[in-house]
Amino acid sequence: MTVRICVPCDAIALSIGADDVAVAITAEAATRGLDVSVVRTGSRGLFHLDPLVEVELDGVRHGYGPLGADDVTSLFDAGFATTALAPGAHPLALGPVEAIAELSGQTRLTFERHGVVDPRSLDDYLAHGGYEGLRAALAHGPEHVVTEVTTSGLRGRGGAAFPTGIKWRTVAEAPATPKYVVANADEGDSGTFADRMVMEGDPFCLIEGMTIAAFGVGATHGVVFIRSEYPQAIATMTAAIDTARAAGWLGADVAGSGHSFDLEVRMGAGAYICGEETSMLECIEGKRGQVRAKPPLPAIEGLYGKPTVVNNVVTLASVPWILAHGGAAYAGHGVGRSMGTLPVQLAGNIARGGLVEVPFGVSLRDLVERFGGGTRSGRPIGAVQIGGPLGAYFDDDQLDTVLDYEAITAAGGLLGHGGIVVFDDTVDLAAQARFAMSFCAAESCGKCTPCRVGSTRGVELIDRITAGDRSARMREQLDELCDVLEHGSLCALGGLTPYPVRSALQLWDRRRASGTRSTDGHGSHGGAPA
Amino acid sequence: MSTTNPAPAGTAGTAGTAGKQVWTELRGLREGVDLGTPPRDGEPVTLTIDGVETTVPAGSSVLLAATVAGATVPKLCATDTLECFGSCRVCLVEIEGRRGYPASCTTPVESGMTVRTGGERLTALRRGVVELYLSDYPASDIEGGWSEFHTTLEQVGLTDGLPADHPYRGGDHHQHLAVDESNPYFLFDPAKCIVCSRCVRACQEIQGTFALTISGRGFGSKVAASQDESFLASECVSCGACVQACPSDALIEKSLFPGGYHRADSGQA
Repeated sequence: MTVRICVPCDAIALSIGADDVAVAITAEAATRGLDVSVVRTGSRGLFHLDPLVEVELDGVRHGYGPLGADDVTSLFDAGFATTALAPGAHPLALGPVEAIAELSGQTRLTFERHGVVDPRSLDDYLAHGGYEGLRAALAHGPEHVVTEVTTSGLRGRGGAAFPTGIKWRTVAEAPATPKYVVANADEGDSGTFADRMVMEGDPFCLIEGMTIAAFGVGATHGVVFIRSEYPQAIATMTAAIDTARAAGWLGADVAGSGHSFDLEVRMGAGAYICGEETSMLECIEGKRGQVRAKPPLPAIEGLYGKPTVVNNVVTLASVPWILAHGGAAYAGHGVGRSMGTLPVQLAGNIARGGLVEVPFGVSLRDLVERFGGGTRSGRPIGAVQIGGPLGAYFDDDQLDTVLDYEAITAAGGLLGHGGIVVFDDTVDLAAQARFAMSFCAAESCGKCTPCRVGSTRGVELIDRITAGDRSARMREQLDELCDVLEHGSLCALGGLTPYPVRSALQLWDRRRASGTRSTDGHGSHGGAPA
Repeated sequence: MSTTNPAPAGTAGTAGTAGKQVWTELRGLREGVDLGTPPRDGEPVTLTIDGVETTVPAGSSVLLAATVAGATVPKLCATDTLECFGSCRVCLVEIEGRRGYPASCTTPVESGMTVRTGGERLTALRRGVVELYLSDYPASDIEGGWSEFHTTLEQVGLTDGLPADHPYRGGDHHQHLAVDESNPYFLFDPAKCIVCSRCVRACQEIQGTFALTISGRGFGSKVAASQDESFLASECVSCGACVQACPSDALIEKSLFPGGYHRADSGQA
């Protein structure tokens, strides 16, 4: 009987030699005359174990990793293709994958098929619960879709956390036609990769989510807007859309329902701001990627001025599970107004980086320490940036805050797209403040003045503060500038940049005041009076 | 109705009963005052601006309603011959029950809305924004200027420009960019450009030529003719809509400078 050996084809695994591993396994099996089939799956999201190779024996996946091509011979010698090797039997043997603590401790709903299925196989998708959500939607009608999504409490996972059901209701009730569904896959936040993993590891899930959205609101056309930095995701999504169309899951008569919906992939051109929904719509229309003033909301006048559902990839990919299991089942997870699960992305100086899908309510410390294993360098945590480049830096003593949109906001931060970037105690926080401001300067669309001019002035001010040039006066001006950015900017890029800038500088002050560390390199200058 | 005395506070609409009539009165206002955003026809909507009850057609902006109510809201990118854009962030107001400081030009009126157009907080924010403009504007062109930009400087109390020791001084700027004098009728001085896109929008909305755009992004954003060509070499048809629309004299008629245009070499503000 053929033994399935799964090798991830996710971009992270590819970047550290997964293709070489796949080739080596195929060659070695042929040499030994073993009946082995190498299947390329998505990633489990346990990046410290990647490339994580899984051998399926008697229906159980046994893991080996992190695996290099030159480990393959020794694994065959140990008999991994025919026998389940227990941890210890081989240095790379991990035992049953589902039992790995960092994975078994998760609650995988949106990512339930990740690392399990072959992302390019529609049959594999269907065999693992795929399209059950759409079937339920088609059986109960569009109103059921909007009601279930509303009941689920699902909120926008791109960062704004707007209730998805309310947005869909608005589009459903808008009289104008045609209507559109746009998936925002311009995942530009530093340290985030959940959207990429959806597209590379389970693309049919996004297609199904968009099809359900389209059915719910009466849309006939959809666009997946993917950043150009994601070539694997673009290739996988494009192939999956073609496959779905050929099988009748997209097109003029979706699954025999009479409902018409088709999808296309559009590629970004390297601008972070095109992840802002109105800039993205401008870009799709072929214009300069520039923020539109709101109102009108995209739900009323979106793509080509027509009612448009614009949702993040993870939001849309959460919908099939919700329709298949019911909104109430999803809402049964989480805390307060933060219902369901969040695929958290651990990155930076962390021992076990990767994707951790957990219900809301888990503490940040749990995520960073229990799942993430603390810093990779082994040094104490110096700061943790929550929510991407526009999120605040948290100090160690803020890590008991729980994963909950409202709790994180109350702690002075924002949860954003669920990215957590860890720094150890050697972090130069003044440099991080400067980075945040220079990120805004580099990525500003140039429309509104606070962001267009203010971000450049901000970088200049921070440089003068750290150089000790009239620091107190510069600091006062920076504070005024942050006020103008926060309250005067047209969109969240300028409006939120003060979060990382102010929080990093506060931590910088705190470190210098306590004299705990002066490794930031500027400690002896920054406080000099004007 | 007088065309030169625009704003007997709150009267423009309160006299009106039918929606269209409200609008007819507003059309009379346009000769003498910039309403900020284009007039709209619609059913009457009544709101309160700085304590003054005002009625304007539905679809009007808060900026238009404020102008009708007699309030002076500083602005740069908004003008009533162009659709609202929301880029200058000077016309910010406070609206009861809403978070933050929405731009009045892009906020449509709603019945019962209570708007404040002034106060310490708004003044500080507007000054903060205008200081950013001044940090990249020729210092020698501030005193005695007659453009809309200079009117805005007066309105926010920054007629002296930035003080010599202001922290924004000495930063990156566009004061070195060359003047484009290629067109026989007008010139473009990028040093005075505040990147409000009024010229770009005038070219699109009024003339329908689409010769102008903003190239680059962030601080590098600048007005460009066609594919960054000279105005003369571009698709520009010399209609003058952009010159008419420019609030900061960056686009200006050559006939105003009989001896030729000379940029005062003062460096940045």
